[in-house]
Amino acid sequence: MATIELKNVRKRFGAHEVIHGIDLAIADREFVAFVGPSGSGKSTLLRMIAGLEEVSEGEVRIDGQPAQNVPPAKRGLAMVFQSYALYPHMTVAENMSFSLRLAGAPKRERDEKVRAVARILDMEPLLDRKPRALSGGQLQRVALGRAMVRQPKAFLLDEPLSNLDAALQAQMRLELVRLHRELKTTMIYVTHDQVEAMTMADRIVVLSEGRVEQVASPLELYQTPATLFVAGFIGAPKMNFLEVRVKEAGSQLTVTLCNGAALAVPVPDASMTAGDRLTLGIRPEHVSLGAGELEGEIQALEHLGPRTYLHARLGDGGGMVVQTAGDTAIREGDRVAFRICAEACHLFDGAGQRLRRPALAGSQL
Amino acid sequence: MRTARWSRLALAAVGWAAALIIFFPILWMFLTSFKTEIAAVATPPAVVFRPTLENYAAVLRRADYVQFALNSVVVSLGATLLALALAIPAAYAMAFFPTRRTKDILLWMLSTRMLPAVGVLVPIYLLWRTFGLLDTRIGLVLIDSVSVLPIVVWMLFSYFREVPPQILEASRMDGASQREELLFVLLPLSTPGIAATALLSIILCWNEAFWSLNLTTVKAATLTAFTASFADPEGLFWAKLSAASTLAIAPVLIFGWVSQRQLVRGLSFGAVK
Repeated sequence: MATIELKNVRKRFGAHEVIHGIDLAIADREFVAFVGPSGSGKSTLLRMIAGLEEVSEGEVRIDGQPAQNVPPAKRGLAMVFQSYALYPHMTVAENMSFSLRLAGAPKRERDEKVRAVARILDMEPLLDRKPRALSGGQLQRVALGRAMVRQPKAFLLDEPLSNLDAALQAQMRLELVRLHRELKTTMIYVTHDQVEAMTMADRIVVLSEGRVEQVASPLELYQTPATLFVAGFIGAPKMNFLEVRVKEAGSQLTVTLCNGAALAVPVPDASMTAGDRLTLGIRPEHVSLGAGELEGEIQALEHLGPRTYLHARLGDGGGMVVQTAGDTAIREGDRVAFRICAEACHLFDGAGQRLRRPALAGSQL
Repeated sequence: MRTARWSRLALAAVGWAAALIIFFPILWMFLTSFKTEIAAVATPPAVVFRPTLENYAAVLRRADYVQFALNSVVVSLGATLLALALAIPAAYAMAFFPTRRTKDILLWMLSTRMLPAVGVLVPIYLLWRTFGLLDTRIGLVLIDSVSVLPIVVWMLFSYFREVPPQILEASRMDGASQREELLFVLLPLSTPGIAATALLSIILCWNEAFWSLNLTTVKAATLTAFTASFADPEGLFWAKLSAASTLAIAPVLIFGWVSQRQLVRGLSFGAVK
C-alpha cells in the first residue's frame, strides 16, 4: 500500500530534456495507467519511480517520503518488465524467491511464500522448471509472481502484456484486475495500448512528448478529451477530425464545414470571432447515415458483426469513419449522406485545446 | 548441384591444406625430438628413423623440468586470475554504465597492446629491480596480467553486452546490491564467456616469452625460458631443442584439447544464443 507523488519531475539525457515537469498524485490502492505513443516518456517516468533512472529535477515521494536518494531495492516497489527479465539460470521457484533470499529470509519461509503465490497464479507445477522451458504466457505469470512474492507497496508494470497473443492478453487483463482487487495494492501500468488502459485502470495518465495531456477516468477521457491529442489517441477507431471555420459566435458556435454547410455546436465561446479556424472532432458512433451536412463515397467497410465501420471519403478529400448497423446494405463505392450529432461534437482551438462547454444535465457527452 | 558439390570439396581441401601447414612444424618438431642429433640435421631430412628417448633424457638431466613447468602453471593461472579480478568489475562498469568516454577508454586499453613490449623494458626492469620483483613468480604474474588485461577486458565487455540489462535491473529491484548483482546474476549468466576468456588468457600467459626471459633467471623461469635455454651458445642441438619444446607445449596442448568444447562454446556465445 502506498501513495506516490511526483512534483515537477524532469528528466534530461545530457542537454536533451525528455520529461518536462510532471505533477501527479497517485492514491493508495489506485490502478493508474500511463498511456502514450512510443517516445512519450511513459516508461522513463515509471523507471524514475522505480529508481532505475535518476530524476534530473523535481521530487518523487513514496508514502510521503522523498525517494530520490533511496535505492530501487529499498523503495518497496516491484516491477514487471516487458521482456519479463527472468533470471535464465534459476528455476521458477528460485526466480520468485530471489528477493527473499537476498533479504536473508529462511528457506522455509521462502518456500511457503513462493507456494502461496504459485497457488494464486495457478502455476505450482512449473516451480522446478527453468524459464527457457516455459511459454510466453507462463513467463508472464512467473514475472508477476516474482513481483508478488515480495508483497510490495506498489506494482510497476512496464507493458507486461505486449509480448502475448491477443487471446492471452484479454485473459491476463481480467486476471490483473482481479489481482489488483485481491492484493489491494497500488498499481502503475505503462502501456501504448489504449484498450489495456481503458479496460483496467481507475485513472489514466495520457502522456505525449514528455508532458501530461490529461489525467482522468477512462470514460471521462473518452467523453471529454481535454486536447486534440487525447481525442485522437483514445478510442478505436479514432475520432474523426474536420477542419472548420467559425461562422458565428455567441451562445453557441456556428461553424462552416468543408462543403460550406453550417453546423451549430452548443459551445458558447465569446473569445471566438467569425473566420477563426477550429478542428471539429466527432466519434464514429455520433455520425449517422441519412440526409445531413456531409456527403461522401464509401471506400472500405469493416464488418465486426454487431456493427460495421464505413470509411468514407468526403468532397474535400478528407476521411470520415461512420459506425452503422452490422447488417448494413451499403457497399463499396456507394455515395451516402451523413448527419453529425451537434451535441456530441468537440471543438479544438489552434493550440489543440478543447473549447469547454457547459455541463448538460443527463448528457453522457 | 554439381558445382555446389565441387566447391564444397574445394573448400574442404583448402581447409585441410591450411590445417596441415599450421600443424606441420609441430609435427616435425615432435618427430625431430625422437631423432639422434645427427639424424636431426641430415639432408635430405630423414623420414624413416629409429626413435630414441635419448634427447628427453638429456634435457631432463640438464634442467629441472618440473620446476619450470610449475612456474608456468603458477604464473599463467595467477596472472589470469588477477586479470579477471580486475577486468570483471571494469567490463561490468563499461558494459552497463557507459559514459561518453567508454569507447575511447576501450580503444586506449587496446592500443597499449600495439606498443612493442621492448619499448617499456628498461623502466619495467628498473621498477621490478627496485621492488625486488626480479626473478619472482609474483613479479611475472604482475607483468603478465597487465599484458593480457586489455584483451580480457575487451572479451568480457562484449560478453557482458549480450546480457539484457533488464535482468540486472530486475535484480536491483529485487534488492541486490551491486556486488550481489555481479555475483548472483551477471557472473552465472556469462560463465561460458568468462571461461573462454580465462582459457585464452592462460594460453597467452603460458606462451609469453619476452618478460619471462628478461625478468627471470632461475627461480621463477617458465617453460618458455626453459626452451630458449636449449638454443644456447654451445651451438644448436636441434633434437634436444625439439624435445624441450615438445615438453613445453605438451601441457597447454593437452589443456587446450580438453577444454576445446568450452572454448568453442564461449567464442560463439553471442552468435548462437
